[in-house]
Amino acid sequence: MYNVMKNRFEQGCRTSPYPDARVELPPRYRGLPRLDGEAARELVERCAAACPQDALDAAGRTIDLGRCVACGHCEHLSGGEYVVFSQRFELGTAERQHLVTDGSLPDLTAHSKQHLKKLFGRSLQLRQVSAAGCNACEADLNVLATPFFDLARFGINFVASPRHADAVVVTGPVSRNMKAALLATYEAMPAPKVVIAVGNCTISGGIFRGSPEIADGLESLLPVDLFIPGCPPHPMTNLHALLSYFKKVRVA
Amino acid sequence: MATGYLSVTSGERLDRGAIPRLDFEELRAGALQIVGEGGKVVQFFVFEEGDHLELIAVLRTDKLLVASAEAPARFTSLSADCEVFQLFEREIAEQYGLVPEGHPWLKMVRYHPNSTGLPDVFGNDYAEDIPGRYDYYSVGGEEIHEVAVGPVHAGVIEPGHFRFNCIGERVLHLEIHLGYQHRGIEAMIPGLPPARLVSLVEGIAGDTAVGHSLCFSQAVEALTGRQPDRPSRILRTIGLELERLANHTGDLGALSGDVAFLPPANYCGRMRGDFLNMSLWLCGSRFGKGLVRPGGVGTALVDEDRATIKARLAALRPQVEHVIDLIFNAPSVQARFEGCGVVSREDADHLGLVGPAGRASGLPYDVRRCFPTEHYPELSIPEHPMTSGDVFARSRIRADEIIQSMDIVETLLEEPVRTEAVDGEVGGLTPSSFVVTLNEAWRGEVSHCLLTDREGRIQRYKIKDPSFHNWNGLAMALRDTGISDFPLNNKSFNLSYCGCDL
Repeated sequence: MYNVMKNRFEQGCRTSPYPDARVELPPRYRGLPRLDGEAARELVERCAAACPQDALDAAGRTIDLGRCVACGHCEHLSGGEYVVFSQRFELGTAERQHLVTDGSLPDLTAHSKQHLKKLFGRSLQLRQVSAAGCNACEADLNVLATPFFDLARFGINFVASPRHADAVVVTGPVSRNMKAALLATYEAMPAPKVVIAVGNCTISGGIFRGSPEIADGLESLLPVDLFIPGCPPHPMTNLHALLSYFKKVRVA
Repeated sequence: MATGYLSVTSGERLDRGAIPRLDFEELRAGALQIVGEGGKVVQFFVFEEGDHLELIAVLRTDKLLVASAEAPARFTSLSADCEVFQLFEREIAEQYGLVPEGHPWLKMVRYHPNSTGLPDVFGNDYAEDIPGRYDYYSVGGEEIHEVAVGPVHAGVIEPGHFRFNCIGERVLHLEIHLGYQHRGIEAMIPGLPPARLVSLVEGIAGDTAVGHSLCFSQAVEALTGRQPDRPSRILRTIGLELERLANHTGDLGALSGDVAFLPPANYCGRMRGDFLNMSLWLCGSRFGKGLVRPGGVGTALVDEDRATIKARLAALRPQVEHVIDLIFNAPSVQARFEGCGVVSREDADHLGLVGPAGRASGLPYDVRRCFPTEHYPELSIPEHPMTSGDVFARSRIRADEIIQSMDIVETLLEEPVRTEAVDGEVGGLTPSSFVVTLNEAWRGEVSHCLLTDREGRIQRYKIKDPSFHNWNGLAMALRDTGISDFPLNNKSFNLSYCGCDL
């Protein structure tokens, strides 16, 4: 008992002050990229041609965050003169096309469906389905339950049964072998059946894009309400997106 | 008796012509002899070569041994004599439509059509969704009942199917069937632009991103000659140990949570995050994605980084040690861990278990000691004395490895290391070459094989996650164990679904 108390004292309170105060991520974290609209055309084209994930559009000078895995190749190649990754982790969007960006994303709170805020603003139950993900997205969703993020303090929980779920959180590129189980889970949920796509595999196939064993993005199977990009999304990206989309709290 | 196999080292490029080409029966006899004398399988796979199929076997004793043979359409199963081949043979049957005759339990591994167009060995019609046509092993008797779990589990976990045959609470047999995570990675690799490969291999199993990307990078380095310098090797070693630290710490917390001792579950969850955040600091990814690149690392490490990690580790270390102490000194934990889910040394040896799961049953194998790569030749990795093979042993080994890994990272941070970021180019592979690489990731031996054709293109890329060896260990641990102990045993192994399903 003494040992339990001693450890409790040593561990202290670890819960993040977010969303009342900002959380800073370290300098090497590659969050929202900024694209320099004035960069030389040759450089823009060279970066687009070199992007392993085909995420850069040279003509539109945009990057598709639904494809970009933040490998940093373009930043390295352009020496910071075209693409520069910032430490901004607020990446969630309500529309797929919002993820195609020059470095600015629309305010997620303003684009969320207001009736969902009304329904789930106080209590939101999530059913997660891992559909051929690499387990990194799953792991960084799981940590939302740890004391630092403490998702439950916002009335948001992961539940075991789809019957109890307001929203399904899908990770992974949806393999052919997981498609039936995912659709059955969706079928078992009560309306309004909110769908959240977490991670680039789920949104676009990501690093597995082109494999005949996976779906062509979750949108080809289900209507997606909330897109959370990343490979995997940082837990703060997940937290920010869930709070902004469903809750009435203001995020710092 | 000479087996005809050639000794090779991890990360050594071989001319394809140098691999001994045996008659299939010779290869089979040699493999059975080597394994009969205590050897194990590292790789056993088939690839297409012109108009026929070739088989390559990589076995390990105190050396790595390789041989090849033309793969017959039907061959006498090795599994009938030697269990360690069973999943490898099933994989070959599924991928290429070859038939290992006499295989004791010939089922598909992942559920997908074969690449050769030969008749499907399992009689499946792949227009139908999984589970396809196969029966689970079932125990007869009036009082026997079956419990089916998955593929969707009651948590934020990967999918897989577990079928228990029980009498009352007691599990007589557990069969684990995976394949839901199959993304077709091996089939994708030869056709992909090389630039996509570095990110792809980091997604084989995201919790083992460093382990898999090390195997990949070492294979590419062997075939391009662009070797990492010493500072890069040190940073890569730190990356692999941080991955081990994060996963072991998280699992100890989950194990504690599974026996309803909640304080350590919460503390470990947070401390695991602190280790992940060290990786985030070093390379921008909590999972070490982007750290390892062919030819070096993706991070330009400076002294300030070393000081940051050192200070963080110094603050974290006592907390980790105290929580480990808290877990293992709690009588309620001891009572639930000890004697639960025992895998005997004999069974572990027959199944070829690797990593902490193997060491918990008394198999000392550790790639870091037996086939060291990176900076490990300069580190001493002691043998672990656990032998009880239960949840306690599997947990205790994780705890001991946490302490050991913190020692390693602390030692390596003393080295005045600065690295340059490389762009990680994959092109320019030596034609007609073969290389096998092995690394000790946190679950055990990860191994990749890379074969190039005459033009230097990737002809076959073979991936093996340690989970491929260990899933049957979990099934064995459940025998004669209460079904309610499944979560605890499952967590004590914590195997990868996606690493196995590829």
